[in-house]
Amino acid sequence: MAAPQVTLQSITGVDVELRIAGVGSRSFAFVIDWHIRAILAFAWWSVGTMMSLGQLVLWAEGRTPGAGYFLWVVLPSIGIYLFYHPVLEVLMRGSTPGKRMAGVRIVTRTGDIPGLGALLIRNVFRLIDALPFAYLVGLATTMFTDQHVRLGDIAAGTLLILENKEHDTSFARLTPANRALDPRAADLTYELLERWMELDEKTRIELARSLLARTDASLSPEELAGMGSIELRTRLQTVLNPTP
Amino acid sequence: MSAEAGMQAWLASRVETWRQLAPQLEALEKRRDHTPAEALQAIELYRALGRDLSIARRILPASRVTKALEHSYAKLHSIIYRKPHDWRARLLTLFREEIPEVARELRPAIFWVTLLFVLSAGAGWWLIARHPELISLLASEEMINGVERGRLWTEGLLNVTPSSVLSIGILSNNIAVSLMAFCVGVFFGLGTFYIIATNGLMLGAIFAFTHQHGMAGELLKFVTAHGVVELSVICLAGAAGTMLGEALIRPTHATRRESFQHAATKASRLLVLCALLLIGCGFIEGYLSPDPDFPMASRVIVGFGYGIVMIGALTGHLFGRKRVKPGVDS
Repeated sequence: MAAPQVTLQSITGVDVELRIAGVGSRSFAFVIDWHIRAILAFAWWSVGTMMSLGQLVLWAEGRTPGAGYFLWVVLPSIGIYLFYHPVLEVLMRGSTPGKRMAGVRIVTRTGDIPGLGALLIRNVFRLIDALPFAYLVGLATTMFTDQHVRLGDIAAGTLLILENKEHDTSFARLTPANRALDPRAADLTYELLERWMELDEKTRIELARSLLARTDASLSPEELAGMGSIELRTRLQTVLNPTP
Repeated sequence: MSAEAGMQAWLASRVETWRQLAPQLEALEKRRDHTPAEALQAIELYRALGRDLSIARRILPASRVTKALEHSYAKLHSIIYRKPHDWRARLLTLFREEIPEVARELRPAIFWVTLLFVLSAGAGWWLIARHPELISLLASEEMINGVERGRLWTEGLLNVTPSSVLSIGILSNNIAVSLMAFCVGVFFGLGTFYIIATNGLMLGAIFAFTHQHGMAGELLKFVTAHGVVELSVICLAGAAGTMLGEALIRPTHATRRESFQHAATKASRLLVLCALLLIGCGFIEGYLSPDPDFPMASRVIVGFGYGIVMIGALTGHLFGRKRVKPGVDS
């Protein structure tokens, strides 16, 4: 199913289309971020505890940790866990490591980069989205709203959009050495080669023959029929990048 | 020239420009101090990209080229439309103009929330005065046992916990309560009423309980320096929370969603000030309030002095807001 879109009008007259991230992408990003912040907070606490108390325990028996332990070990660990999202979202202009990995980004409803205020409001409302446990309120609102937003997003006027890094690399492939190749056929050939291993043998052979029949006039139908999977793949690669 | 050859020629002519887009967009996004010439160049690029996208959508629909152009176009759109970045001016506007405006708008809500808090405190007092056994529902066992033994839990607090730790613990707890009182306003304001009422009820109940054991004066002495602002801030956060509920019950915009967003943006400005005031309260409560040698007169001066600072901040005068005189018709 295609991701829902938001269309924004632009002064150029050409609309901007943003693909909205669904529940899956949001949850994926959250789970990655949760692991990162939990590991960072635990790492800080465990190193600090080892250095302060000499052993990895919550409270050393017979010893009361001083104010220094609280201020330099416990407080920063809690800080890392609680302020991970607001701090990184502000510093990374609406992204976090988890969001980057999941290919999503926060934007305002007008498509621009959210400001500090919007990002803080979005994070304050985690107090409600996280209720009663495991972000159930947030999950429910994400599932039942058109634009898959949680309460924090509604309050801050933000959206989570899909941002596929693949787009940046696709311009690099735009100039196939074979200039005579139809760009639409080149597009299909790239896609077939990328998905080669995921497709079953029969399907990829059929698709490769059909594409080569359109793009490589030097091959006769008999030659095509006689080619195996590996040969077809090599031939497709040659069509895209013919050796001089 | 055939249509296909024309498409090829067009692609060949544009492709070099597109290949340079990624680093250009990256540079535009990262920097904030663009010269007017660079800004104009970005707008020109936006126009050119719009033209290319329009053509690509027509001749190569759903292709990777079109998707890549759409992605770059959306990114450039977000860069061009982002708000100007001037921290100093933004902060001055926030504290001089926006917060006083919200506080003025919220005056009736602040009055009603404060009244609810006072009435709940009265109800708490009455409840414990009539049924002292109910204190176990509102206070911890440790606190009850301490008071029954004639010892207030605030006594010797500094011997157990250092002031710095105490302050941070208190201020983070107070900020969390205020943020919660604001956020639960999303439940049509009922959540805010609940939080304000329970806080008032507990305060009244604890004062009544300590009064029964002849220690209300001691508790009042402890609360005076930080309590004036701390309790006011909780009422302010509650009033901001009712703004969310009001926006959902009686929307001021085309949809409830828009109305809620507008109210959240506006009310959250007040919360910035609330958080700052609570940081001050945390330090007073951690350093001054538990100190038995700090005299009552000084506590009153600190409490009410900080209260005046709060009013100055709410009206904007603390940050240099000029008093606006009504114009005289000629």
